[in-house]
Amino acid sequence: MRTELPVLKAADFASDQDVRWCPGCGDYSILAQMKKTLPSLGMPREKIVFISGIGCSSRFPYYMNTYGIHSIHGRAPAFATGLKAVRPDLMVWVITGDGDGLSIGGNHLMHAIRRNLDINIVMFNNRIYGLTKGQYSPTSPIGKKTKTSPMGAIDNPLHPLSIAIGCEATFVARSVDTHIKHLGGVLQRAAEHRGTSFVEVYQNCNVFNDGAFDYVTDRQTKSDQTIELEHGAPLVFGKNRERGIRLNGLEPEIVELGDRYSESDLLVHDEAAVEPSLAYLLSRLRYEDGFPEPIGVLRAVDAPRYEEVLNTQVTAARDQRGEGDLTSLFNSGETWTVT
Amino acid sequence: MPVSIEPLPTSSKSTVVLDGATVRLAGDSGDGMQVVGGQFTATSALHGNDVATFPDFPAEIRAPRGTLAGVSGFQVQFASTDIFTPGDTLNALVAMNPAALVTNVSDLEKGGILIVNSESFEPKDLKLARLETNPLEDGSLDEYRLFKVRLDTLNREAVKDIEGLTSSLQDRCKNFFALGLIYWLFGRDLAATLRFVEAKFGTKPEIVAANEKALRAGWYYGETTEAFDHSYQVEPAQLEPGTYRNIMGNQALAWGLITAAKLSGKELFCGSYPITPASPVLEELSAFKHFNVRTVQAEDEIASMCSAIGAAFGGAMAVTSSSGPGIALKGEAMGLGMILELPMLIINIQRGGPSTGLPTKTEQSDLLQVMFGRNGESPLPIIAARSPGDCFEVAQEAWRVATRYMTPVILLSDGYIANGSEPWLIPSVDELPQIPVEHPVASADGEPFMPYQRNEWLARPWALPGTPGLMHRVGGLEKEDVTGNVSYDPENHQHMTNLRAERVARIADDIPVQEVQGPSKGKLLVLSWGGTYGACTTAVRRCQADGLSVSHAHLRYLNPFPRNLGELLEAYDEVLVPELNMGQLRLLVQARYVRKVVGLNKVKGKPFTVSEVADKIRQLLG
Ligand code: SF4
Repeated sequence: MRTELPVLKAADFASDQDVRWCPGCGDYSILAQMKKTLPSLGMPREKIVFISGIGCSSRFPYYMNTYGIHSIHGRAPAFATGLKAVRPDLMVWVITGDGDGLSIGGNHLMHAIRRNLDINIVMFNNRIYGLTKGQYSPTSPIGKKTKTSPMGAIDNPLHPLSIAIGCEATFVARSVDTHIKHLGGVLQRAAEHRGTSFVEVYQNCNVFNDGAFDYVTDRQTKSDQTIELEHGAPLVFGKNRERGIRLNGLEPEIVELGDRYSESDLLVHDEAAVEPSLAYLLSRLRYEDGFPEPIGVLRAVDAPRYEEVLNTQVTAARDQRGEGDLTSLFNSGETWTVT
Repeated sequence: MPVSIEPLPTSSKSTVVLDGATVRLAGDSGDGMQVVGGQFTATSALHGNDVATFPDFPAEIRAPRGTLAGVSGFQVQFASTDIFTPGDTLNALVAMNPAALVTNVSDLEKGGILIVNSESFEPKDLKLARLETNPLEDGSLDEYRLFKVRLDTLNREAVKDIEGLTSSLQDRCKNFFALGLIYWLFGRDLAATLRFVEAKFGTKPEIVAANEKALRAGWYYGETTEAFDHSYQVEPAQLEPGTYRNIMGNQALAWGLITAAKLSGKELFCGSYPITPASPVLEELSAFKHFNVRTVQAEDEIASMCSAIGAAFGGAMAVTSSSGPGIALKGEAMGLGMILELPMLIINIQRGGPSTGLPTKTEQSDLLQVMFGRNGESPLPIIAARSPGDCFEVAQEAWRVATRYMTPVILLSDGYIANGSEPWLIPSVDELPQIPVEHPVASADGEPFMPYQRNEWLARPWALPGTPGLMHRVGGLEKEDVTGNVSYDPENHQHMTNLRAERVARIADDIPVQEVQGPSKGKLLVLSWGGTYGACTTAVRRCQADGLSVSHAHLRYLNPFPRNLGELLEAYDEVLVPELNMGQLRLLVQARYVRKVVGLNKVKGKPFTVSEVADKIRQLLG
């Protein structure tokens, strides 16, 4: 007997709950792209689980017609670890934010990534605390004035991609809430990657941090201030693809293409490089330092997945010792009989 | 090289028959006292005695050698009658150095046997033990039967011919020499220990040979030295017929969990973070992958609790094991587990608190923590083990409650139970009650799935991801009754809070009524829980034998209490609650039943002695 999988549409993934983000919030677009991407993955809805922590982004699971857990602040990766360990058949998404994932939940994020469970972590980075109404977050820039930093934030910001690569994440990518097509493509690649996928999405919080990513989204400037990564291609950017990035020793530098430099002088992107240094270098190209920020897949390599190794051990133990038997366990070692 | 298990000659000296004896082996934490204590226990159990043990060791892995802080001890009571505790006073003490002597000798009965390594009483040893004079010479030990044994020399002599043994390895066998002597003294067979030595050191033939030689030399020393003119015999106890083994608390707990998983047709998941004294549960379970056990050593206590919730959501039998400080960290996630209404076990093997407290010592001071230590109205069932073997049953009972009522259940043990051991009647697996677990499927008529619809136990359905048509979202926000949708409605919040409390309260109808040992009414009831079972049982029996009107009820269920408890308390003029805390069960009982009860409270890192409880009973009845 053959059962055809029903063909699903984006609308099939919408739950019956009203979406309650502020009008104009970047989260809507990410939700829309997720609903659009999932049908193409061929995974039935009941096999998908969304797990989130606390924050605006973490309302996400309520809006998906899949299984879901809206958990506690920062801990979503830990729930995903337990779930995936016992249910490798499920597709597990972790939805987190910059505060949830990098502040209160930094430890869990780091450990989920280094274990390389086959899960997809999407971090909505709006560089602010939205749900608690506008305090600075671990990704807010120095000097950011907020309710809790009236004279400007003095904490050095964390950079999500650098952290993920530092933990040797096997898939690391960045997209932007308003780059709809690009975002859909990145989510699809993340879902298809076997291992922990870490995706940072620049997300505009139009209420508490409006315009934080204008430099990336503004039509006039975006091609000068972002660089779209393509595997195997040189790092070229600019409205007329007139500039590029080359390595000067270990330092990246921007060069004008023309007489002095041609594309063959430029750094060539290799997302499959086993050594994570190139990806790390890309993650450090920052707007505030005068660089275009990379968008796309920084790293995609293959490595053993935690749940697979765990289950291999379980199988190996059964093969070596036979299926566990309680009676022989209880009677193992020294026993004596009273009559 | 296999050890020779050839039998020993029969002792030519006379034997004195005893009902039982309490022996403590004490030395430096590097002296291997825990190993030989374990061997003495196993051998006594194999001999057919009832046994109870109390290992007591420092928190430091290797405290400075020879110091008071570094003393490690292992106490065993073995008897031809039923016993419930490792014994109050020692009949025999082995002290490997002055520090072990001074920290333990006060527990030795007058006239008791005191065996010391006389070669470890040099001035530097005395100084480490903060002794000004040598107790072997200053007369301070006159009231004991002191046996000065030149352990270092005798042991070296015994193993000197073994090739490839350095002098430090030679000295490492000293504990087996001492054990051999104790085996002679109590007429024990060497065979089980010889098998142990071979199994443990099999790949190092010189170590096997050395330990065997040391053990035998110790035995022969007892036989030949003129110092001992007779040995002792403790006959087998009249235990219930069946096959027995010796079992430690944490081991019984791990085995109980594996059994519960099997009986419920579930795969076991344990997410834990190492912590004393709970780590052995995670260690033990990690070795059971062939039972389909999956363990995750999480990055911290919080993650371990969360991973258990994730696994429970996925349909596994989820467990997390910890101790008080870890439970404090898990608190927020425990509240989530409660409101998600998913079954799982949260194990707290209590240790001395507060804060880091006394990691290797026992206490019962986390009862109020597990009862109330979460934000909001967050009731969870609490079940406590009373002895090492009881952990096996309690694990299954806790899982039965968790699955029937769809709730996390807290299982309390303590350091004393966890590290203690006792003979365990091996159950017949076929006779253990199954634990039925059901998962819903989508209704045929296309009715929408209601994740918070309740059954007769007020339990919601355990719907598993992967099941078509049951997609639903759960979370920590308050839920609407039946649908489980987020709800901020005031009436709904009150209603859901009531329901969650009622669901736990109803468990009282489903657990046995509280039994009482002794008259069903009278002057005094001793009400106890957890690891004080042995001391309270023995104390009450002793007082009853003396004709006192006293009864004993030992609680397994701390939340909810058994349904007849209130009535039962009314039947006695006075109620005594002995606890290794400052009155936590007493507080709960007084609040719940609005009656005054008397406490016997102690937090010294040690279990109650029988006489502490018996004296209090006598005082109250006096
Ligand atoms: S506060 Fe900001 S991030 Fe949160 S929903 Fe509103 S716009 Fe979106």
